[in-house]
Amino acid sequence: MARELSFAEALNEALREEMRRDERVIIFGEDVAVAGGVYKVTKGLLEEFGPNRVIDTPISEAAIVGAAVGAALMGLRPVAEIMYMDFLTITTDQLVTHAAKLRFMSGGQLKVPLVVRTQYSLGRVHGSQHSQFYPAWFLQSPGLKVVLPATPRDAKGLLKSAIRDDDPVLFVECGLLYHRYKEHVPEEEYLIPLGKADVKRRGDDITVVAVSRVVREALEAAQRLEERGISVEVIDLMTAQPMDSETIISSVKKTNRLVIAEDSVKTGGLSAEIAARVAEEALEYLDAPIVRLNSPDMPVPFSAKLELEYMVNADKIVDAVSKLVG
Amino acid sequence: MAIVEVVGELPPSKYAELGLGRDKLLRMLRKMVEIRRFEERVEKLFFEGKITGPSHLYLGEEAIAVGVAEALAKSDVVVSTYRGHGHAIARDVPMVAVLAEIMGKATGTCKGLGGSMHAAISVEHGIPVATAIVGSGIPIAVGMGLAVKQLGEKRVIVAFFGDGAVNTGAFHEGLNLAATWRTPTLFVCENNQYAEFTPITKTFAGESIAARAACYGIPSYRVDGNDVIAVYSTTVKIVEKLRRGDGPVFMECVTYRKKGHGVYDTAWYRPREEVEEWMRRDPIERFSKNLKELGIADDNLLKNIEAEVEAELDRVVEEAMNAPILPFEQLKQFIYST
Repeated sequence: MARELSFAEALNEALREEMRRDERVIIFGEDVAVAGGVYKVTKGLLEEFGPNRVIDTPISEAAIVGAAVGAALMGLRPVAEIMYMDFLTITTDQLVTHAAKLRFMSGGQLKVPLVVRTQYSLGRVHGSQHSQFYPAWFLQSPGLKVVLPATPRDAKGLLKSAIRDDDPVLFVECGLLYHRYKEHVPEEEYLIPLGKADVKRRGDDITVVAVSRVVREALEAAQRLEERGISVEVIDLMTAQPMDSETIISSVKKTNRLVIAEDSVKTGGLSAEIAARVAEEALEYLDAPIVRLNSPDMPVPFSAKLELEYMVNADKIVDAVSKLVG
Repeated sequence: MAIVEVVGELPPSKYAELGLGRDKLLRMLRKMVEIRRFEERVEKLFFEGKITGPSHLYLGEEAIAVGVAEALAKSDVVVSTYRGHGHAIARDVPMVAVLAEIMGKATGTCKGLGGSMHAAISVEHGIPVATAIVGSGIPIAVGMGLAVKQLGEKRVIVAFFGDGAVNTGAFHEGLNLAATWRTPTLFVCENNQYAEFTPITKTFAGESIAARAACYGIPSYRVDGNDVIAVYSTTVKIVEKLRRGDGPVFMECVTYRKKGHGVYDTAWYRPREEVEEWMRRDPIERFSKNLKELGIADDNLLKNIEAEVEAELDRVVEEAMNAPILPFEQLKQFIYST
């Protein structure tokens, strides 16, 4: 039987393989070494690679990413972990104003091959300050790559590519998915290229572009809609920056309808950028208005019931598609 | 109480003990004069409208960059700041490349994409970073220290920053991380007494910046930053420690800006008596006087140095003025490596 791994296990395997392959790869962050990460993504790495390569840090997010910038400039390939995406705000000077720009503003003298791994915990009843998902902010930082894996198999291949990439990569994982399910993850070496979207399901009637956690919701919706005779093409964005508009636009040219579903709040989210690009380049192909399914423009509510209402899910996607494909 | 070693002005009679020969001493003087005259040209070009954008001059602080740079090996690494022209010249970045960068020209250190605040960036000369965000170079220098340690290299990392930086989060997080990881990082605070327009007396309540650093478990020095030899000899001692792997060291260099925060700033907010007092401690005048006392320099030699530097700067200005600007179409290649 094909080997199956969870999201966390697949990430762990990616880190392990890259650390074995290249001794310049080091990991640091809060509780990543002795504890193996709060979500066990770095479990066992300290034991295999030792305390010089897997390092616990103080709670100093700005210094963690700053140190990653410095280490990357001097020839290492650091993978820094920021425990929650919410804590990225503390690191943005280093990530946005240094990592993303040093190559450009030095006239190409520098490269900053670092990865900042983080996760968002929407759906885990963590309240307003431990659940935020705001990858679109980082679209305003050319020079930075933003990767959003949706499945264990993709997570492994994308993380390996991110570590090997010569540019800084913000790698946003979904905490809810870490231990939720397992799927087949190949044992042999594979890489998934950054900057490419992935057509997860072929369809003819409508395109649904989904991101991270919502990809699974979109696939479930597509399954249910198929039973009703609606053929849905599901595209997993995978990399938000640089964004693969080409895959999305060629799909829209075929299906003539577009739904975008993701976990950001609606205003200024990834869906806004995707919609704008489609409007710019393929408006004449659309038979219906673009529909964006996001969380509402409000902080994440705490209560599990309210949080569920706040989140995009398969039901909401089915409803939206049904309205568009009459 | 935190333990801080204080290093005052060193009398010229001590120079021989430090193994400082004539050539080395004159090279230091020459470098300081280069920085001084270079910055004066920048100021002049700015007022002539030939330079746009902010330029933060190193006037008055020359002894620090030169004293530190002369104590380093070529392979050592410097993290500079937006007040970085002096760091670059001290590390032998050609003045024409620094000026061309300040003018946004394709022949500049960063091909004109950085400007004055990043003009010091020259990987070839061991300056990979010059940051315009106060305090941000500190954690970067810590990560660099981690890397050289990890790669088994004996290089040391020097982070320059001003007194304004010591009140940023990056300073505190960075110093603590360096102390915890024991990185070979030398933190050099160029305390010129003003965070932009605000005097340090209004922004800092501790005993001294050096004492604050010592609280993190980092050996700390408070040095006369207007005495190039005091800075040099302290840095030599510190660099030995760093190469032995003894962990980070902090050096506060007490100095004063000759002019305002940026070239546009008249420094109207500084009391006249204070300015006059500090002008009497001009690092170049002091060092020249000491060298004369030792019989190493005389008026004639000093005049020759000045004349040589001015002539070189004439050529530098002309070359930088005539340099081209990168075509806009070429910018895209610098965003991503792949």
